[in-house]
Amino acid sequence: MKLNLKIWRQAGPNAKGQMVDYKIDGVESDMSFLEMLDLLNEKLISKGDEPIAFDHDCREGICGMCSLYINGEAHGPDKLTTTCQLHMRRFNDGDTITIEPWRANAFPVIKDLIVDRSALDRIQQAGGYISVNTSGRTVDANNIPIPKKNADMAFDAATCIGCGACVATCKNASAMLFVSAKVAQFALLPQGRVEAAKRVQDMIAVMDAEGFGSCTNTGACEVECPKGISLTNIAILNKEFLLAQVK
Amino acid sequence: MTFLKTSVAKKVAMALSGLFLVLFILVHLAINLTLIYPGKEAFDAAVEFMGTNPLIQIMQPVLALGFIFHISMGIYLEWNNRSKRSVKYVNNNPKVASSWASRNMIWTGLFVLLFLIIHLLNYFVPFKTQEVSDHYVLVTGLFKSPVYTLIYVLAFISLGIHLSHGFQSAFQSLGTPRQKCHKFIVYSGNLFAFLVALGFSAIAIYFYFN
Repeated sequence: MKLNLKIWRQAGPNAKGQMVDYKIDGVESDMSFLEMLDLLNEKLISKGDEPIAFDHDCREGICGMCSLYINGEAHGPDKLTTTCQLHMRRFNDGDTITIEPWRANAFPVIKDLIVDRSALDRIQQAGGYISVNTSGRTVDANNIPIPKKNADMAFDAATCIGCGACVATCKNASAMLFVSAKVAQFALLPQGRVEAAKRVQDMIAVMDAEGFGSCTNTGACEVECPKGISLTNIAILNKEFLLAQVK
Repeated sequence: MTFLKTSVAKKVAMALSGLFLVLFILVHLAINLTLIYPGKEAFDAAVEFMGTNPLIQIMQPVLALGFIFHISMGIYLEWNNRSKRSVKYVNNNPKVASSWASRNMIWTGLFVLLFLIIHLLNYFVPFKTQEVSDHYVLVTGLFKSPVYTLIYVLAFISLGIHLSHGFQSAFQSLGTPRQKCHKFIVYSGNLFAFLVALGFSAIAIYFYFN
């Protein structure tokens, strides 16, 4: 199939970027979206042009590296799908596809379609862990009874891959869904309760300091999240934050 | 104080002030409905009560503060949130993921504010500063103007849209257990929003034609 692509090109963090039009032929419907970009890059390289920089790693939908705002949606039109798992059969011959980087001041563009998502790492480092002494007499985790419902909810929260689609799609560039998943996965389990109050406060403090917007509960993050992280986690985050004030 | 500076605390404050204003709207609608049923006597009695009851007099400045806080904080949050994405998307398609009401709270809110100012000038100021002999006549008389009635109806449709997102959003901000209550909150919020828009508008339209 033939496609018209409009792709954001930006030489570096401080360079002025712009949308550039590309025509590409020979796209197969069973190619993934990133393979289509690989094909375009091969053609650009063979012409001596600079290839388009974009993030990718596992290409199996689990690492959280791929991003891209495709035709006005984070990770493109498919639900519960990362860009690497989006396939060209979703598009038609002759389609025009716009491809942009995640847009948020907290995610500055490094080059072309690659943005710096280390702000999410810094939020995680502020409290997205449990402090466990692993030397000596550790207790087997399975010895602690946990209600099935809590275990399931914690596991669902833990499936967040930190890709940043929630930030990219939120009209306020808020990172609440990401932070809430990281808070909830521990808040729901006994091991996480010990540091729960400090965790939620520290992570929110860093979230605000990194320049993310505030949550207005539009729910767009939940719809666009490739892992289906639920807004329930944001309600848990809010509750945890309020409870932390009275402790 | 660090608590109040966080984005989450500001949302909680928006939720609490919003729910406080919801209570006011409920009382206001109940009083307005007396215009139609039982009628003039009941309405005059309600106005008399609202004008003299000591508790209501204490609540009046609290209510004013509630409005001022909710409006100014709402404008501040919108402005602040907009500043978090300096470079906009060339192609953005937000309607696939979120409702129009949830994305346009600032505009539905500002339209209600515009109406609030008109309403205060038309009714509340004369009520407080002049000797109004007959409130029933003052209120129903305003609905003889087609322009006023139109603005009135549009303002309450706007408020209904505002509430359809605001009501459930407030509970989410307060951290209510979503799995248990979400559907109930959304349904009751939408029903409340619909009844507020319908109730106030119906009264205005009734007096325009009668």
